[in-house]
Amino acid sequence: MSIGSDDIEKLAVLARLSFEGDELGDITDKLASIVAFVDQLGEADTASVTPMAHPLDQVQRLRADAPDADIDRARLQACSDATEDGLYLVPRVIE
Amino acid sequence: MTAMHELTLTGMRDGLRDGSFTARELTTHLLARIEAAQSSLNAFITMTADAALAAADAADARIRDGSARPLEGLPIAHKDIFCTDGVRTTCGSRMLEDFVPPYDATAVALLADAGAIVLGKTNMDEFAMGSSNETSFFGDVHNPWREGLSPGGSSGGSAAAVSARLVGAATGTDTGGSIRQPAALCGITGLKPTYGRISRFGMIAFASSLDQAGTLTRTAEDAALLLGAMSGLDPRDSTSVDAPVDDYVAALDASLEGLRIGVVQEFMGEGLDADYAVAVRAALAEFEARGATLVDVSLGNIGLSVPTYYVVAPAECSSNLSRFDGIRFGHRADNPADLEDLYRRSRGEGFGAEVKRRIMTGTYVLSAGYYEAYYLQAQKVRRLISADFARAFEEVDLVVGPTTPTPAFGLGEKTDDPITMYLNDIYTIGANLAGLPAMSVPCGFVNGLPAGLQLVAPAFGEGRMLAAAHQYQQTTDWHQQAPEGWS
Repeated sequence: MSIGSDDIEKLAVLARLSFEGDELGDITDKLASIVAFVDQLGEADTASVTPMAHPLDQVQRLRADAPDADIDRARLQACSDATEDGLYLVPRVIE
Repeated sequence: MTAMHELTLTGMRDGLRDGSFTARELTTHLLARIEAAQSSLNAFITMTADAALAAADAADARIRDGSARPLEGLPIAHKDIFCTDGVRTTCGSRMLEDFVPPYDATAVALLADAGAIVLGKTNMDEFAMGSSNETSFFGDVHNPWREGLSPGGSSGGSAAAVSARLVGAATGTDTGGSIRQPAALCGITGLKPTYGRISRFGMIAFASSLDQAGTLTRTAEDAALLLGAMSGLDPRDSTSVDAPVDDYVAALDASLEGLRIGVVQEFMGEGLDADYAVAVRAALAEFEARGATLVDVSLGNIGLSVPTYYVVAPAECSSNLSRFDGIRFGHRADNPADLEDLYRRSRGEGFGAEVKRRIMTGTYVLSAGYYEAYYLQAQKVRRLISADFARAFEEVDLVVGPTTPTPAFGLGEKTDDPITMYLNDIYTIGANLAGLPAMSVPCGFVNGLPAGLQLVAPAFGEGRMLAAAHQYQQTTDWHQQAPEGWS
């Protein structure tokens, strides 16, 4: 199927990405060629095949639901540009 | 006397132990080489000279008092995808240009506990998305074998650093060939272990069902030495596997006699450079002469591995990279109009073009109406590809073929067309989709540029695979060739 600028804008919103200037034309063209390339997957006969969820067919190992305070909160928050009183700062979301 | 930088990692270990040189002398020598090479190769993003020299002095003290650990004093570099406590970790991206992690990746911690010394963090394709090291925010890496050529990617900085004898070994990650392809293009040995063999904790995620840490070394023996130190169950990675860690170095002596090697027919035909094929066939003849049996095998669905990968990997990447929101860490856009604008502009400015393409592809194949046709279908084809390998391993111990279709290509040569770039990983992606251990070893030259032989083993068959590579390296010297100007 073809991909137009409306599709790109919808995907960019879903992906929380912005594209500036020439980037928009470039991503439209290249995404279309990537999708055309992966379209060949439709040729495989997979009617009786179970999708593969894990390369070694292992199940996820679970651990006890207990806190593991091995990383210092202050050091973790030092990675952010905007924190105050142990909280992350974001633009106002409720007027 | 052999110059220190010409020694393999194992040779460096022996030199330190017998007192031929100290860890400080070795570290100082290699730090000077890294600095001198930076303007021509650009293999490093960050150097850690002060910490390395302090660690070298501590290593010398341990060697003197008899408490040396298995990798004591050995100089390595980490791909800049591994989080290093207190040391900037960029993943080759503007998004993480100033990111200093508050913890070590498990692989980093294990190598440090074994005594290895980190000289710096190596350049890489942004978020490991690339096959040429050209998507890095920190500039292209050049192939030590010829200026202007790509070292491959995404672990291009690690491969160039080992090839140019700047470090004894380096870590890498391999999601679709990102260790084996640059190893082949730079004339070194690259190992991608079984999925789950080495913990992914602290290794910045690209595609979680495919990502696997591994090694870039001069020899299979060096790879065995590092793999033993890096492997094992990690409670902090729920996909790390609880399987015994073999003594990979002890396993290296296994003879090639009786080894059954499957030659993948789909890899030896159209698309493979004719001279590259000659090098691979000569390597196969060497295995045969040493007592191995060659068997033709077919992987019937392998032709769909690249499109399968370019659905599964972007889908997982679009989910994994949603954590970069401009708020908790990473690039944050100035003066956002609102929260949505903060997310979109932080990500739009922080990510490069290839990363954005993959996030968009992943978002597309996971979106309503397309999920079944693309993502679910890819996961089904992935099972078919995995089943092809399983069938082959009923007949043979290893499957082999070329690592790449051609030797190193020019920087800028493939950047306009993503599909052409993606096809560079046509022989390597299958092992990732099936979760299998695989490696590349130097097997000759094409027009003066290195060619690689790929070996793939059944899950957790690293020992047998490393032994076969090691035995091959006992009677060939391709892995000992240094690029001109770097010996």
